[in-house]
Amino acid sequence: MDAPPPGEPRRIGYLYILPGLIVFVLFVLLPLLHSAWLSLFTWDGVTPGVWAGLANYKSVVSDPQLRSAFLHALVLVAFYAVLPIGIGLLLAAAMSRTHVRGLALFRTVLFLPQVIALVVVAVMWRMIYAPDGGLLNRGLSAIGLGSLGQDWLGSFSLALPSVGLIGTWVMYGLAMVLFTAGVQKIPQSLYDAARIDGAGPVREFVAVTLPGLRNEIAVALTLTTIQALRSFDLVYITTGGGPGDATTVPAYEVYNRAFRGGDVGTASAIGICVATLIFVLTFLINRVAERETAR
Amino acid sequence: MRRIRRGALVGTTALALLASGCGTPGGNSGDNAKKADKAQKNSKKVDVAKAGNVTLTVWDQEVRGGQAKQIKQLNKAFQAKYPNVKIKRVAKSFTDLNTTLKLAVSGPKAPDIVEANQGRPVMGQLVKGGLLKPMDTYADAYGWKDRWSKTLLDLNRFSTDGKQFGQGDLFGVSQMGEIVGVFYNKDKVSSVPKTFGEFEQMLAKAKQQGEVPISFGNLDKFGGIHEFQTVQNQFADKQTVRDFVFAKGNASFDTPENQKAATKLQEWASKGYFTPDFNGTGYDPAWQQFSKGKGPFLIGGTWLTADLADKMGSKVGFFVMPGQDAGRPPVSLGGESLPWGITSKSKSPDVAAAYIDYITNPDAAKVLIATDNLPAMATDAQPKPGLSQEVFTAWKSLNDSEGLTPYLDYATPTFYDDISGAVQKLLPGRTKPDAFTRTVQADYSKFTKTL
Repeated sequence: MDAPPPGEPRRIGYLYILPGLIVFVLFVLLPLLHSAWLSLFTWDGVTPGVWAGLANYKSVVSDPQLRSAFLHALVLVAFYAVLPIGIGLLLAAAMSRTHVRGLALFRTVLFLPQVIALVVVAVMWRMIYAPDGGLLNRGLSAIGLGSLGQDWLGSFSLALPSVGLIGTWVMYGLAMVLFTAGVQKIPQSLYDAARIDGAGPVREFVAVTLPGLRNEIAVALTLTTIQALRSFDLVYITTGGGPGDATTVPAYEVYNRAFRGGDVGTASAIGICVATLIFVLTFLINRVAERETAR
Repeated sequence: MRRIRRGALVGTTALALLASGCGTPGGNSGDNAKKADKAQKNSKKVDVAKAGNVTLTVWDQEVRGGQAKQIKQLNKAFQAKYPNVKIKRVAKSFTDLNTTLKLAVSGPKAPDIVEANQGRPVMGQLVKGGLLKPMDTYADAYGWKDRWSKTLLDLNRFSTDGKQFGQGDLFGVSQMGEIVGVFYNKDKVSSVPKTFGEFEQMLAKAKQQGEVPISFGNLDKFGGIHEFQTVQNQFADKQTVRDFVFAKGNASFDTPENQKAATKLQEWASKGYFTPDFNGTGYDPAWQQFSKGKGPFLIGGTWLTADLADKMGSKVGFFVMPGQDAGRPPVSLGGESLPWGITSKSKSPDVAAAYIDYITNPDAAKVLIATDNLPAMATDAQPKPGLSQEVFTAWKSLNDSEGLTPYLDYATPTFYDDISGAVQKLLPGRTKPDAFTRTVQADYSKFTKTL
């Protein structure tokens, strides 16, 4: 007779994860699968649905309005993820070279945007962007640059970047906090060695700081990309997808179609596509980060 | 170890699939016409005092200023008159109500009375699902047909299958009226224009004097619909507009009249008659600027009456946009507040009908006036002089001439976004008038094809 492995029997492990598992299944897995199921129907939310197979997914690809919504989401990734990480790295690099007094204070202040509810952020920025009497245009004319004043949220070319910049403002604090914490964990000896080898600030950043922050970058990239792809509140409150449909994003279309337009099937299909996209992207990000670490 | 984990995953997934209930969503709603017929036969006017203990759950959106005041007052009075009836009120914002109503009414614990917004997006969907009770029997028993004009009642009518709008059974009645007209600053405008041409001359003059002729903010999207329809009523016949909204006959948006309206509106924008950067200006900041004395005109709804009177006092006036010919009977965009309907699942529909009658009867009209609301129903009561009085007079004359044209966004479930987005593109000249009417028609026909 085989002796069982020492300690408690393996299966009892499932008992331990059961509470968490129940919550997960009830509130995440079941709704997800239910949406997947609904995405296969043409359904208005009240009358019996009609089986549609993959037709809803086809329309996600073929409907030009939805295609542009996904394109807008990708543009937002640049503003929500790439730009904040760039800024965060810059700040982290600066802090790695000098000893900043009152670092904790700066960190808290720079992190504040993360703490404010997004709805409040959006309402605030709507006021800042107001063409007449908004803080931004007023500030520009106060320093003699009044001619640069714009119809930030009302212009077809500027509306999306304007919304994106709000995302940048919200996200860079998170990136910075992650990176400054990460920088402190890089051994000082590496910097000393680099300096002895004659590395300048740029070389030092590329050779020491950047590789040392690989994991933090992966985490920041994952979090911010997810935020970008599922962003809804900022768009809903600032522009409602307008002007025209210059700022519609997939999450906004999900809301619009499911709760207003009576097209639950397509809304679910969009939702599943967004979820899949997020899953694939985060998988790739982590895959790349892990491989680099292994090397 | 690895194998166990995978097995567990497959197991959980299978379990989840099973539990998520792979049935056709929506279930079986049955034969609407037959159900409606039966519901009509079972409806009757009852003596509420003898109805025993009843709890009515009411979902409404009467949450702002005067609206909240009137419904609280009427609910209190109703419960005082009938102590056996308890009203459980669930108050929500307009958007909240519209987006959650379908789920609530189709669920097992449906409320008895709901405010279901006119048009295809909300009421049409609920009727299609057989979730609202037809109310014509009540209308006859309580004499509702004398209380509202035909135009107003028609806005709350649908065929039992939800396909025909503006005719068929009555599914609700409204308390308040609304007009989208022109508010003007009496310091800047000495006399009310008699024709549309005269109005345009005033715009040109104001522009010359360096003013913003029309305060307008379109960031929230719905403002543009109001500007467009105000101009549309100058070119398109009122019946044509109604037929379009009700999708009667071969109604189309791509008409010469609509193109003329679009051209005119675009011309106004290019001449600088609107607030600069209107697409990036919010609805509220725009009317607030008008109320601070910036510019002579504001095209807006009578829901702004109380706020404007409060801020501008006797300086503000109201008129319905005059026609091209001085003698034309008044025509204006407008309608009524969200209609009160009874759900099919209500256990006490007769008491619910008595409640709806109570909040819309002549006494209720007096309460509405006293709380600075514009009653939709006929009434002898008179508001206090000033802006409310001007609005009230305009409402009466519009009703007498059946001159109200409905909101275009009632037309299809997605039309609000279709038309508002299109106007945002039209005004700065991003689309030409003919492309504007064509794309809107394309969106419209996507829905009408399914009827």
